[in-house]
Amino acid sequence: MGDLFVFAASDMGSLPLGVTDGGNWFLRNAWLIPLFPALSFAGILFFGKRLPRGGSELGIAALGIAFLLSVCTGVAWMNHRDDYHGSEAHLAVVAVDHGEHAAGQGHESHSDGHSESTLAVAATVTWFQAGGVEFTAGTLVDGLAAMMLLVVTVVSLLVHVYSTDYVAGDRRYTHFFAFLSLFSASMLLLVISENTLQLLVAWELVGVCSFVLIGHWWEERDNSDAALKAFLTNRVGDMGLLVGVSVLFFAVGANLPDAFGSFSIVETNSLALSGMLSHSTLLVASCCLMAAVMSKSGQFFLHTWLPDAMAGPTPVSALIHAATMVVAGVYMIARLYGVFFEGLSIAGSSINLMALVGGFTTLIGACLAFVQRDIKKVLAYSTISQLGYMVMALGVGAWTAAVFHLFTHAFFKACLFLGSGSVSHAVHSFDMKSDMGGLRRAMPHTYRTFMIGSVALAGLPPLAGFWSKDEILAGTGGWGLLGGTGGNGSYTLMLVMGMTTAALTAAYMTRCVYLTFFGEYRGHGHPHESGPRITVPLWILAGLAIVAGSANLPKGFQLVPESLQDRFGHYVEPVASYFPQLAHATPSWSLAIVSTLIVLAGIGSAGYYYFVRVETTSKAAGRSLTELPDGPTTRIAVARLGHTLLKNKYYLDHLYTDIVVGSTKGPVARFAYRTNQEVLDRTVDGIGRAAVAVGNVVYDQIDQTVVDGFVNASGRASIGSGEELRKIQSGKIQSYAAILFAAATVLAGLLIVIV
Amino acid sequence: MLLNQFLLLSAVLFAIGVYGVLARRNGVLVLMSIELILNAVNINLVAFAAFREAIPGEVFALFVVAVAAAEVGVGLAMVLLLYRNRQNIDLTEIDLMRG
Repeated sequence: MGDLFVFAASDMGSLPLGVTDGGNWFLRNAWLIPLFPALSFAGILFFGKRLPRGGSELGIAALGIAFLLSVCTGVAWMNHRDDYHGSEAHLAVVAVDHGEHAAGQGHESHSDGHSESTLAVAATVTWFQAGGVEFTAGTLVDGLAAMMLLVVTVVSLLVHVYSTDYVAGDRRYTHFFAFLSLFSASMLLLVISENTLQLLVAWELVGVCSFVLIGHWWEERDNSDAALKAFLTNRVGDMGLLVGVSVLFFAVGANLPDAFGSFSIVETNSLALSGMLSHSTLLVASCCLMAAVMSKSGQFFLHTWLPDAMAGPTPVSALIHAATMVVAGVYMIARLYGVFFEGLSIAGSSINLMALVGGFTTLIGACLAFVQRDIKKVLAYSTISQLGYMVMALGVGAWTAAVFHLFTHAFFKACLFLGSGSVSHAVHSFDMKSDMGGLRRAMPHTYRTFMIGSVALAGLPPLAGFWSKDEILAGTGGWGLLGGTGGNGSYTLMLVMGMTTAALTAAYMTRCVYLTFFGEYRGHGHPHESGPRITVPLWILAGLAIVAGSANLPKGFQLVPESLQDRFGHYVEPVASYFPQLAHATPSWSLAIVSTLIVLAGIGSAGYYYFVRVETTSKAAGRSLTELPDGPTTRIAVARLGHTLLKNKYYLDHLYTDIVVGSTKGPVARFAYRTNQEVLDRTVDGIGRAAVAVGNVVYDQIDQTVVDGFVNASGRASIGSGEELRKIQSGKIQSYAAILFAAATVLAGLLIVIV
Repeated sequence: MLLNQFLLLSAVLFAIGVYGVLARRNGVLVLMSIELILNAVNINLVAFAAFREAIPGEVFALFVVAVAAAEVGVGLAMVLLLYRNRQNIDLTEIDLMRG
């Protein structure tokens, strides 16, 4: 198919885009989905305080409608994917030399049943026109967007329900729900964006909402600092997004006959994949966009805002980490995959920027999760680690595995976050070491759902995390044992990183579960289970964490019929000219068994440390301990050094605040002050003085003489005429009658004279 | 009979009525003068109707009589109220609406 459209492009100067403007009503009207939460935002803001439940009912209703629409969109997409045969849109392009680009494609066409192409449904309107370029706004619905719509609305709806209990009685309850709605609306808008400009707008909206929600309890300095940190760290990456989008805009425009630029995502991807954009342009664009991903999706070394963002209310953390905000970066890569695929030369390579950043992030995040006392921070670093997994998977070309991991991760991470919120709701603290322990008896529902989420995250079969993690590991193409797994390259390093992280993940989740739910209770008061508005969302998410993995059972998996295999990949992965033709890795029993053994080893070693050693020491000491008094960090110097390094988060915060910010803010501030005093102030003063002088002249010459004179004269005229006319109105009825008869006489005389 | 005899009578009655309206100070007499004016008009209407053998003129005269009766009813009520409030029905002293 690739050769086919290349032929068409060079011969007729047009490129098929893999999109159509036909299709099901739900696919063409996806703009309704973000509309409802956006309306609910406005409604809550204006009328929320007057509603009986403070506006939360509006938010839940809006998300409920959005969820139903998303389900309809998802079903419509499945039918569309299998049955739609409509006309395809073409893009007129400037004919260029295609000499060498066929080599860039690098892969023979699919032989695994994806023979026919998927036509994404695009619906656009003109947003505004400037300089001969039409800027459009619209929706682009394909499997990826439909899947994300479902994930975002499900998690957001459950978070809304959960929040009605969690933030009940909060002084800014209404405000909280308003921004929760706007947050969901922004993310939904981002998901269905048809062009990068719209994506940029939604991206910034998501950032602003996260700022507001993280700083929800801004009375405490730490919280408002965390909100600012999140916002400013994201600004760093947003610059990358802005530059990357601009570069692509002009690069695409150079290949269009009738416009100097285009933001359209499908056009950008198609042109990038057709080889018409130069490799260096794509490399620059993908590096800039990677900066945006690093800040938004918490990749090393811009991840530092993410753990601090735990300062927000727990439902917000769940929403940020599972469905919105942080997956925006991963989603952006998946959306603009053509650009990254060509720009970073993902196919046929063994290392690239994206895979390296992701792999490194997944490791350092997992290590940091070991030294946290705060249960939410464990989960935050776990999110960083899992996002690293997704970025790494995208970097090695395992697109479907990455998106699938995003899908499963959303459910079990939301479950874990909401579970930690339920725990903190009971013990009024997030500190695992001083205020938790032994909660499995007091909070049976939270305990069970948290366990399910943890096992899913650790990646034990048959829970969701296992399937997606295993597909990523297979997708690295580095598993050479027993014949190899195929894939787009041989990323052996990424395979090792992924394997190590799997073991670390299992170990730190074991630690987290032990400290929270096992041992004896170390806090104050008597914790009790949360209400149904908290436990029901937990159970729904736990259920999804169990079954979500079956959405994409591996192709060639012998235990299930073929009709159940690779459903997710079939419906979500585009087969179109805006998407690269990826080689799919073969699932491998040996890899699955080895990775499961590694996970068990991680659980086993952490379990031995906590459930055996710490438990027996606790019994001997007569109180509930959280670590061994003579553990390796006290005995071995290297371990202590590593512990200190992790405790200080690799000193990255020190680097940013003391060195980078400290050394720049002084000179910058002085320069800004001087500019302000000498340039801006003088200009403003000069303008002000000139305005005063002009004003005085106008006052004396025009206002006082002309305008006032006219007004006074008209006033005097009316007074004079009034005085004269007043005399006629004597109040005496007979004088009126006299005038009446006199007038009648005169009129009668006139009548006689004239007639 | 000639038409102008009726017109002359009518004109004289009208003039007397106008004089009464303009010159008399007593409210009841002013009302009676208005009746004179109206009846002068009636004479005109009936005279022309008889002269030209057209019924509508007489019908109009009947209407004028009915309206005049209503007008006198309202007018006398106002004069009575005036008397009750001020013990006086001199129209020259009623100038509350003077500007």
